[in-house]
Amino acid sequence: MEYFLQQTINGVTLGAIYGLVAIGYTMVYGIIGMINFAHGEIYMIGAFISIITFCLLALFGITSVPLALLIVLVSAVVFTSVYGWTVERLAYRPLRGSFRLAPLISAIGMSIFLQNYVQIVQGARVKPLQPVVTGGIALVQSGHFTVTLSYIQILIVVLTVALMAAFSLLIARTPLGRAQRACEQDLTMAALLGIDVDRTISQTFVMGAALAAVAGVMVSLYYGVVDFYIGFQAGLKAFAAAVLGGIGSLPGAMLGGLLIGLVEAYWSAYFTLEYKDIATFSILILVLIFRPTGLLGRPEVEKV
Amino acid sequence: MTPDLLNVEHLTMRFGGLTAIDDLSFAAKAGAITALIGPNGAGKTTVFNCLTGFYKPSIGRLALHHAAGELLLEQMDGFRIARSGVARTFQNIRLFPRMTALENLIVAQHNPLMRASAYTLGGLVGLPSFRRAEDAAIDFAAEWLERVGLLDRADDEAGSLPYGAQRKLEIARAMCTRPALLCLDEPAAGLNPRESAELNRLLVGIRERERIGILLIEHDMSVVMGISDHVVVLDYGRCIAAGPPAAIRRDPAVIRAYLGEPAEDEMAARGGG
Amino acid sequence: MATAARQSRTVAALKESGTAALVAFALAFPLIGFQTVEMSGGLTVRTRFDWVAIGVAIVFIGRLALALWPQEWKWRQRREPRHVAGGARADAARNVARFAAFAGVSFAIVLPFLPFADRYIVDLATTVLIYVMLGWGLNIVVGLAGLLDLGYVAFYAVGAYSFALLARNFDLNFWECLPLAGVFAATFGVLLGFPVLRLRGDYLAIVTLGFGEMIRIILINWGSFTGGPNGLTSIPRPSFFGLPFAREAEAGGPIPFHEFFGLDYSPLHRLIFLYFIILALALITNAFTLRIRRLPVGRAWEALREDEIASRALGINPTNTKLTAFAIGAMFGGFAGSFFATRQGFISPESFTFLESALILAIVVLGGMGSQVGVVIAATLLVVLPEFGRQFAEFRMVLFGAAMIAIMVWRPHGLLARREPTIRLDGRRRRAQAGPA
Repeated sequence: MEYFLQQTINGVTLGAIYGLVAIGYTMVYGIIGMINFAHGEIYMIGAFISIITFCLLALFGITSVPLALLIVLVSAVVFTSVYGWTVERLAYRPLRGSFRLAPLISAIGMSIFLQNYVQIVQGARVKPLQPVVTGGIALVQSGHFTVTLSYIQILIVVLTVALMAAFSLLIARTPLGRAQRACEQDLTMAALLGIDVDRTISQTFVMGAALAAVAGVMVSLYYGVVDFYIGFQAGLKAFAAAVLGGIGSLPGAMLGGLLIGLVEAYWSAYFTLEYKDIATFSILILVLIFRPTGLLGRPEVEKV
Repeated sequence: MTPDLLNVEHLTMRFGGLTAIDDLSFAAKAGAITALIGPNGAGKTTVFNCLTGFYKPSIGRLALHHAAGELLLEQMDGFRIARSGVARTFQNIRLFPRMTALENLIVAQHNPLMRASAYTLGGLVGLPSFRRAEDAAIDFAAEWLERVGLLDRADDEAGSLPYGAQRKLEIARAMCTRPALLCLDEPAAGLNPRESAELNRLLVGIRERERIGILLIEHDMSVVMGISDHVVVLDYGRCIAAGPPAAIRRDPAVIRAYLGEPAEDEMAARGGG
Repeated sequence: MATAARQSRTVAALKESGTAALVAFALAFPLIGFQTVEMSGGLTVRTRFDWVAIGVAIVFIGRLALALWPQEWKWRQRREPRHVAGGARADAARNVARFAAFAGVSFAIVLPFLPFADRYIVDLATTVLIYVMLGWGLNIVVGLAGLLDLGYVAFYAVGAYSFALLARNFDLNFWECLPLAGVFAATFGVLLGFPVLRLRGDYLAIVTLGFGEMIRIILINWGSFTGGPNGLTSIPRPSFFGLPFAREAEAGGPIPFHEFFGLDYSPLHRLIFLYFIILALALITNAFTLRIRRLPVGRAWEALREDEIASRALGINPTNTKLTAFAIGAMFGGFAGSFFATRQGFISPESFTFLESALILAIVVLGGMGSQVGVVIAATLLVVLPEFGRQFAEFRMVLFGAAMIAIMVWRPHGLLARREPTIRLDGRRRRAQAGPA
């Protein structure tokens, strides 16, 4: 029972991270109907910038943890957002009128480019990070096993919930959010009504990148290691989360992320560690075959 | 009385809370041109999509009458409906732009050619019967290209043809499937009067020579009134009138649907009402 | 008047370039400006601001040049030429292409016998041909049928592993295993394809990617069957129709190849034989593709790619048609995998990563989806360029990624794509007009 509780805590934490990345996928899909293949790489870049900033802070002798966290978050979000913006500008915007496979191939190319770019400029080795946030709360103790809720886990979940709330408010109440929802429904009409479609789309990408950056910071703290390949792996899982939750739905992305995180935690705990990714991919495939609109998504009608 | 080719009975199509088609029933005969008209958004293309398997009707019986019997279209996949003799064109032209005009028409004869190629295996080894079938298909395609006046552009990319030619090519392609029922979705859209007259001649020619049923969605009244044998009028998904063109033209319900209710002061100006 | 306009254009160009340079700075500063270096105490950073400065400068100058480029030149670049299939120019182009193909094949055939062809060259050429065959195989799926398959490496792996397992456990030789490996790969193609080919382009891509990854995970972890991360070794090499390529005959076995033909033993013999096998396999793939384009199923593939809805309205069964493309593409991938296994003598899951799928896709995309010659050129570039130096090797994938983006933006149909129509009317009419032959 305690073991289960611990796995649940782990799963929720992991799920929160996936959810943050999944939101990026789902927002972009909602507004321009394409899968941003390079989104996983944006998350990876966020993680790298996080590590670099931490190293710099250590060099400058800044030891206060809250201050360091704040600086790292800001730094990662700012720089990663620029990457997100640039990716859209270079690889997707020119292809908006093109044939169906073009943006997808461009996205794949961008993913390959970013992955190898980071590999070249930062080296192919795994990058470790000294633990920054340590310690936790012991919840339940039973025999030799203590269920712990670490501070970093609390931080991740709290931050994710706060960001979710903030974004939902943003989408529902602000002009930007309204413009985004309008573009999601009918791009042409939104343009005719005077909405700056290009800017709205760019802003969507930037928001997705910002969330992915936060996820990157969290993952660098949580696991303590990053390498240039984490984007590919997390990207697939976060995409599975977005599809599971219903692509186009923000709460769906979070829900999907949570479910995928839990599945991964339980599977690796109770079955096998090696095949946990197969469990996740299988979910993705099954959802796409049997319920393509996901749990919370809206059914799509084919326009002939 | 010629028998009905197509019987649409109580067709209803709902998308979530929106009822696009509401209890629509009509019939189309072979050797006749039936026009489906109505204001924009009346549900005409939705009817086509139900007939050709792109949507599954919420309720309805769509019976296509064959020599061998009756086929219920509402239960069939789109491509099977096409194989059963229902061909269509699209509101936004859907040619294969990077294939030539001739190739477009050869693709339309896919199924007989597949059989002749023994599902590719015979084709790979170069069966003479396949080559004969292919030649026959090319000749048939050439006939149709000539009939729509595009024979000299047979080897041009379909996407490079002018708009009017593309519309005609799409009709020729549909005819190359040797259909029993030809569904045309706004074939006259974007055509000038001369081209519309050509279209009329083509469709009447098809009616007379091939004796198939033609179902036509159209806004261009010169086409509708000029060549239709039977007109069905839709408004908000319901049939508000059906009959020969002359009667439809005078039908008050139809006039109201297209032109709206006369304003109060207009009625006063007409002297009461 | 003109100078004022030019001045304002220059100012606008300067502003644009300034913004671009600023963005480049933001991009370069964190990741290029600082490099994480592992030291004894942990991770630390080293600054490389000179690279940042160079990068920003390049972006600034490049953007400025683009903005100030004469307007007419830009126009010509934007428009992709419309292709008309008929006409003398198209005929001439076709003849040139045919001659180039003939020359290329001839060169490929005589290559191993040319004076400069040593072991290294033959080896390199063999690798090129493997990628050419993989590219031609994927071309059927992506180029002809328009199905974006990101897990093609799975079929490559199935071919390699089934060959290895059949050869080791059932003692079959290369020629017996090859068709079986193709069958296995094709079956896999059908099994994988059947549930997912209904999906839209993007989703299909991700799902096939997932399949590729799943195959790799299974290969790594199912040790008892696949040999795990170490893979399978001692895969038998091909013999010359029964004559082994060994220095000496095995006890009681047939005499070796070199003895039979009265030559001195050379390891080059087996390499050249392998080279000709892959050349033959590749040419068969090509011939098959050219032939099947002219058959109804090939045209149906292209029709589905152009417009699936219209294809359905013409009675084409989309699922079956796509499955056929998928299975046939898989089969050729399987053949290539078998060859790969026998050439190397050992296989491991490391050779079958997503990177390989991406590479093969890059070959198909850069060459022009549907273009056979383009695939050859792209495969050659991919394999040969890294040989020119370590710099190229490191930058290979970065350049390929950037090239994929660039191609999509400027020439979406690839460098060489000119769609060759499969059937033309005017030839027949001319013949008909000339009267019965």
